[in-house]
Amino acid sequence: MKPSEEKYIDKQPWLDKHEKPFLEIRGVTKKFGDFTAVDNVNLEIYKGELFCLLGGSGCGKSTLLRILAGFETPTEGNFLIDGVDMTELPPYERPVNMMFQSYAIFPHMSVEKNIAYGLKRDGLSKAEVKIRVEEGLELVQLSQFAKRKPHQLSGGQQQRVALARALVKYPKVLLLDEPLAALDKKLREKTQFELMDIQYKLGITFIVVTHDQEEAMTLSSRIAVMDQGKIRQIGTPTDIYEYPQSRFTANFIGSINIFEGVVKESRSESHVVQCEETRCDLIIDRDSSIHTGESIGVAIRPEKIHLSREEPDNKDFNTLKGKVLDFGYIGNLSVYNVKLDSGKTVKVSSPNQNRYSKHRVTWDDIVYLTWEPANTVVLL
Amino acid sequence: MKEHSVIPNDQPQAKGSKAPAEKPVANYSKLHNWFNSFENRAWKGMVIGIPYLWMLVFFSLPFVYVLKISLAESIIARPPFTSLITWVEGTRLSINLIFDNYLLLLEDDFYIIAYLNSLKIAFVSTLFCLIIGYIMAYGIARSKSSVRNILLLLVILPFWTSFLLRVYAWMGLLANHGIINNVLLAIGFIDKPLQMMYSDFAMYVVFVYTFLPFMILPLYSTLEKMDISLHEASADLGAKPVTTFLTVTLPLSMPGVIAGCMLVFIPAVGEFVIPTLVGGPGSMMIGRMLFDEFFANRDWPLASAVAVVLLIFLVVPFMLYKFYSAKQEERVS
Repeated sequence: MKPSEEKYIDKQPWLDKHEKPFLEIRGVTKKFGDFTAVDNVNLEIYKGELFCLLGGSGCGKSTLLRILAGFETPTEGNFLIDGVDMTELPPYERPVNMMFQSYAIFPHMSVEKNIAYGLKRDGLSKAEVKIRVEEGLELVQLSQFAKRKPHQLSGGQQQRVALARALVKYPKVLLLDEPLAALDKKLREKTQFELMDIQYKLGITFIVVTHDQEEAMTLSSRIAVMDQGKIRQIGTPTDIYEYPQSRFTANFIGSINIFEGVVKESRSESHVVQCEETRCDLIIDRDSSIHTGESIGVAIRPEKIHLSREEPDNKDFNTLKGKVLDFGYIGNLSVYNVKLDSGKTVKVSSPNQNRYSKHRVTWDDIVYLTWEPANTVVLL
Repeated sequence: MKEHSVIPNDQPQAKGSKAPAEKPVANYSKLHNWFNSFENRAWKGMVIGIPYLWMLVFFSLPFVYVLKISLAESIIARPPFTSLITWVEGTRLSINLIFDNYLLLLEDDFYIIAYLNSLKIAFVSTLFCLIIGYIMAYGIARSKSSVRNILLLLVILPFWTSFLLRVYAWMGLLANHGIINNVLLAIGFIDKPLQMMYSDFAMYVVFVYTFLPFMILPLYSTLEKMDISLHEASADLGAKPVTTFLTVTLPLSMPGVIAGCMLVFIPAVGEFVIPTLVGGPGSMMIGRMLFDEFFANRDWPLASAVAVVLLIFLVVPFMLYKFYSAKQEERVS
């Protein structure tokens, strides 16, 4: 198949003002009776992206995908692919293909015939269909299973048939609805990388719907976090995780500690935040959008906090004192719940770098939590 | 999640974690097991045995009896046929198999035409049932779940009255001064009544009406189970609705199509009431002939031969189908 010439992900086309979006979603709304499944979504996706729609169940991500595929008509709004309005086209005339969550492989056809199905509909010659089917089988490493019936395949193999069947059509956009949800954990991790590989090789724009944040973080060039039919934030995995713009995103992706406070003082390099929950002032980096007297949330990820039994002496860092309430050993890391004097519980995770240490922190230990002001996220 | 086993040999002793006492092994357990497995086998045997017993008592034995009669000769006596096995001169056992009835069936156009006519009428009725039934079953399967049960109930509803009554009702509808003609006359669509009764038209209408539920129900059950995402996938891959129907929906509903066609075709071939009551003079069917031979002519052996041939007509294609589909299944796996 056609290899892409450039690695689009490295290019970050969404930062380039001159780059034109490949897929444009303009004010798309979908209502089912009184229920608004998709609420005025605007989205610009660039060629060659692996874009994830991430959200909990019922957030509207699947409905949005089904609108793109043509199985639902939007109540309002439209969308364009490569500058052409697709909103009114029936599914069989759209240059997009979908990989279904249930795979939707035709049970009465062999693997080969399943993959050929879409090509035959395009009116390709027999010889051409044969070549493309072989290509597709090779791409997903199923060549020796060509004659098998779907029920003779494992879940992972079925998933690859579904992928090949959609890919051999060379769609402009490939839609994937929870592509890995039905696979077990190990296979899922392996398949994630295969999927990225294939996407990179072919340069086809992928839109993936998933509820699994780890999957979204690993796969995507950019993620749109959805909730109640709306897009809460769009950004690269790093953006979404390190710079969440709202309490929803901060809480939805990974875990986070939020301290509520009021900006007391603004210095040249930093702000001082008065905080009831910590019973001490917190220092955050200077941000021109923050003003004295404003109420803000100071948020910090558990792994950005350093935990120790000795009191640290670096006064530039934020330091809190607390008692270990509970902790969980996960293997690569341990997760601690530390209770502050105010009663607030702080989540901390620290890597287990040594197999065992005699001085490990345990229940009821008094510990100091420190973090660099630069690692804090300010939530309004 | 509590941390326990970070340090080897530092396994904390959980309180009260004595190993559960081993269950005492009872002496009677062997006997008990044997009895259990015997019981199991007996149950299995019974479950499998009942249908076989049913077939034996209600199909095989009557069939053998009919077969026996068909090989006898008609006489005026009670019962009205000769016995196959007779003692000659008290010492010689003589078995007389008389094939005259079968030869007659083969020679006389009258019977052959009736057979062919039956097959034709049953085939056409089945075809109409399939087309109409498929559309209805598809509609019901794709309807809202709240309406679906009501629609299914409506399909079954006619069974709540007698079949004969329903045929008479159709006669009332189709008659020269029946409801349909009266309405058409009243609105001025026609100026003299249409002759609908005692025609092929009337017969087909009533056939399709009678057998339609038998087509709809198996079709509905296969269509209802079908994964809607298969249709979407087909459309997504570029198939227009007609292509999707022909390449996905129809092949996947074949079990329902075959079951429905069997359920309609088999009873339709032997149907006797409908052609008698509403059919025209040209609609001599084998069921009618069977009835006449038994009750008008009292020629039981000939009637039995008619019945045996009819059965062969119906069972042989069915067996062939079963045989081939089983073979095909084998080839797949």
